[in-house]
Amino acid sequence: MLELLWLIPCLPFAGFLVLALAGKRLEGRAVALVGVGSVALSAILSVMVAVDFMSAPPPGHFYTQTLWQWLDVAGLSPGITFYLDALSLVMMLVVTVVGFLIHLYSSEFMEEDEGYSRFFAYMNLFVGSMLVLLLAQNLLLFYLGWEGVGLCSYLLIGFWYKDPKNGYAARKAFVVTRVGDAAMAVGLFLLYNNLGTLQIQELMEKAHQSWSPGSLLPVAAAALILGGAVGKSAQLPLQTWLPDAMAGPTPVSALIHAATMVTAGVYIIARTHILFELAPPVLAAVAVIGALTLLLSGFSAITQKDIKRVLAYSTISQIGYMFLALGVGAWSAAIFHFMTHAFFKALLFLGAGVIIHGLHHEHDMFKMGGLRRQLPVTFWTFLIASASLSAIPLVTAGFFSKDQILWLAWSSGRGSKWLWAAGIVGALLTSLYTFRMVFITFFGEAHSEVSKKPGTRMLIPLVVLAFLSVTGGYIELPAIMGNVTIFSGFMHTALPPVKPLSGEHMEWILEIIAVVVSLGGVFFAWLFFLWMPGLSARLARTSPGMLLHRFWFSGWAFDWLYDVLLVRPFIWLARINKDDFIDLIYTGIAWYNQAMNSILSLTQNGKVRFYAMGIALGAIITIAIAVLR
Amino acid sequence: METLFYISSVIAVIATFMVMVKKNVVHALLYLVVSLLAVALVFFVLGAPFIAALEIIIYAGAIMVLFVFVVMMLNLGSKDAERESEWLTAETWAGPVILAAVLLGEVIFILLHRTGPPFSPEIVGSRQVGVALLGPYLLGVELSSILLLAGLAGAYHIGRHFEDEGRGGGRP
Amino acid sequence: MISIPMEYGLTLAGILFAFGLAGVLMRRNVIFILMSIEIMLNAAGLAFVVAGSKWHQADGQIMFIFILTMAAAEVSVGLALVLRFYHRFKTLDADEASRMRG
Repeated sequence: MLELLWLIPCLPFAGFLVLALAGKRLEGRAVALVGVGSVALSAILSVMVAVDFMSAPPPGHFYTQTLWQWLDVAGLSPGITFYLDALSLVMMLVVTVVGFLIHLYSSEFMEEDEGYSRFFAYMNLFVGSMLVLLLAQNLLLFYLGWEGVGLCSYLLIGFWYKDPKNGYAARKAFVVTRVGDAAMAVGLFLLYNNLGTLQIQELMEKAHQSWSPGSLLPVAAAALILGGAVGKSAQLPLQTWLPDAMAGPTPVSALIHAATMVTAGVYIIARTHILFELAPPVLAAVAVIGALTLLLSGFSAITQKDIKRVLAYSTISQIGYMFLALGVGAWSAAIFHFMTHAFFKALLFLGAGVIIHGLHHEHDMFKMGGLRRQLPVTFWTFLIASASLSAIPLVTAGFFSKDQILWLAWSSGRGSKWLWAAGIVGALLTSLYTFRMVFITFFGEAHSEVSKKPGTRMLIPLVVLAFLSVTGGYIELPAIMGNVTIFSGFMHTALPPVKPLSGEHMEWILEIIAVVVSLGGVFFAWLFFLWMPGLSARLARTSPGMLLHRFWFSGWAFDWLYDVLLVRPFIWLARINKDDFIDLIYTGIAWYNQAMNSILSLTQNGKVRFYAMGIALGAIITIAIAVLR
Repeated sequence: METLFYISSVIAVIATFMVMVKKNVVHALLYLVVSLLAVALVFFVLGAPFIAALEIIIYAGAIMVLFVFVVMMLNLGSKDAERESEWLTAETWAGPVILAAVLLGEVIFILLHRTGPPFSPEIVGSRQVGVALLGPYLLGVELSSILLLAGLAGAYHIGRHFEDEGRGGGRP
Repeated sequence: MISIPMEYGLTLAGILFAFGLAGVLMRRNVIFILMSIEIMLNAAGLAFVVAGSKWHQADGQIMFIFILTMAAAEVSVGLALVLRFYHRFKTLDADEASRMRG
């Protein structure tokens, strides 16, 4: 069964090819069949491969499959080789299953769009690239997948290209992630130059042997890879693209910007964890970046009006949690949170999509309201996902994953109180903005009428994801609540475990604080937005309130900062260099010719006297030459 | 004899200068005639009486008279004289005068380089000229007669009056 | 015996030639241009005669005869052209005939 691994990325690529070449000629149902079907087959195959892998694990708990030799030049010989271990297996499962659900959803969501086949072509290309990224055995193939998802992100954000704002958002996403990609590429060059290989396992071995912890080379390489990860995962300082990327269709936001692409950064850090462990300052930086980002975007999320922007900032924040986990060495906790986050965030986006679709592309939450009566299924599933996001205790998957991160942030060898404190404040903000969103959208009086109710293809993914958001956490229970370690046990075949340094006593205290905080957030949201909605509005109108509101609304003014620091000088430079000196050479030749022509054509004035003067002049000069020689 | 040479050369130069400067066509023509006569005198001094006679007869006598005829035919009067003075502004004659002066300077420079011994002119009479003409230069004589024929035919044809004006050419 | 340095004669010819050249370039009236050409031709002939006189030969004078002949032919054709010019352009401005400008 494991030999069918190669089909998992290749089926979506095949789907992409069919749709790219013949999509215009196929009718809608055929397009949907190809588009959704390819990912569905991948999902089924993933499940089969997973069952096979977990029941009869191959030796060393990993499996490689080479398709062909890609390059063989001057010692660099990467192959198209897939590497399956616990880490890539889990991520592959999530990507294909959630991807399939989102594809099914979008077969109805995008039904009336004229770019239907183009959409599914891009989505399939994306899923294929993401799977290549996850399954790559060497960093070159990984980078191929990395670039592929970046490209598809650009194509899909700017899907409705006729509106220039969407094109701008797509370009912004691409350029900002490009900064990260450039750092990643330099990191790859560094690694290859010093260690002579790009195969990940071999690389980690050699790094472990030849580099001592804390020395310059691993720090530089890890920092560069972190730079790439920060770009793709929209963390500080490259987080500015994600809120604007909401210009794309909602299923795109669900798939790419909630569940999969933005977690590619988390994946690569987990994959090269040995390198990061050799560079403790970089690992600390990962944790700090995670903590700062989750706070920053948490504050921004409570001021947003557009429902998708709330979810975008929420995504940035939750990935901050994953980075925090990675930074304190809780590798499997980060992947656990990734899995649960994929479930509930995709569900949140799909639910928001139902609302937007039903209200004729209305995004402003304050124009919604009272939707729980008009969209019941959507309401219940959205509520479940919000509860999971806010880590409502015991009944949601998010509770288990987030609290594991918080516990390990406190108790791990690399953790600290401050990181835990940031996480707790972030949790408060999370439930605050999440339930603010729920209350404004679904409760209160209705400001708009729902014109299009969702059909089965949109409701089934909602229900399935809601189920997963509840039960997905039960495979990993903390030590004080039963100590179920199915997930981490499986992950520890690929990633090192982390030993908590504090005891059970502390764990109980922290757990209670976390529960109080998340429920408290819900309470405050109810207080400010349902019981006394005027209070928050009045707070916002006070002068410090307005300042804070504006500051948080713009994402802590990062866009403005980058505009002043980077964009404007660059444009200025480009403008003054518009006529650079190489251009001047060429245009100068043309200009010179024209000038000479206009001067010399003056001598052709048809006047006899002028010509006679020419003769006289010539004679004089000739005689002068003869005389003076 | 030298004084005669110098006097007539001065007269020739002054007369030619006046030709340059005069606005009235007829005045200029008359000054030109004076200049030609002065040059004829120079020829006499240099011992070329035949040529001097030819100069007076043909150049001053025939060619200048031709000019006068044409001027009369074109009825150029004082209006044209005014126009001439309009045209002869400083910027007009500055360039040519400079050019001519430079040319003159070059010629004098060449001449000053080698000053040979003064020569005493002998009279080379008409008899000698005639013998040379019909001797070694016979071909030249024939050619110049053909030239004159061509000039005659050309002048007749070009000067012919056509019925329809404005065609500006007719047959080549 | 009279002795005239050849240079003086040639200088006289040069001066007359320069005047003629200046006249050609200065004047806009075609008749004046033709007149100045005659001056130049005359000056050239003078130079020839001076040279022939130095060598006591008839060659210079013969050259002058040829020049004279040519001048005569040229003047007759030229003046005929002047007449046609006047008929065509109604003016004697040489700058009028400049339709062949580039």
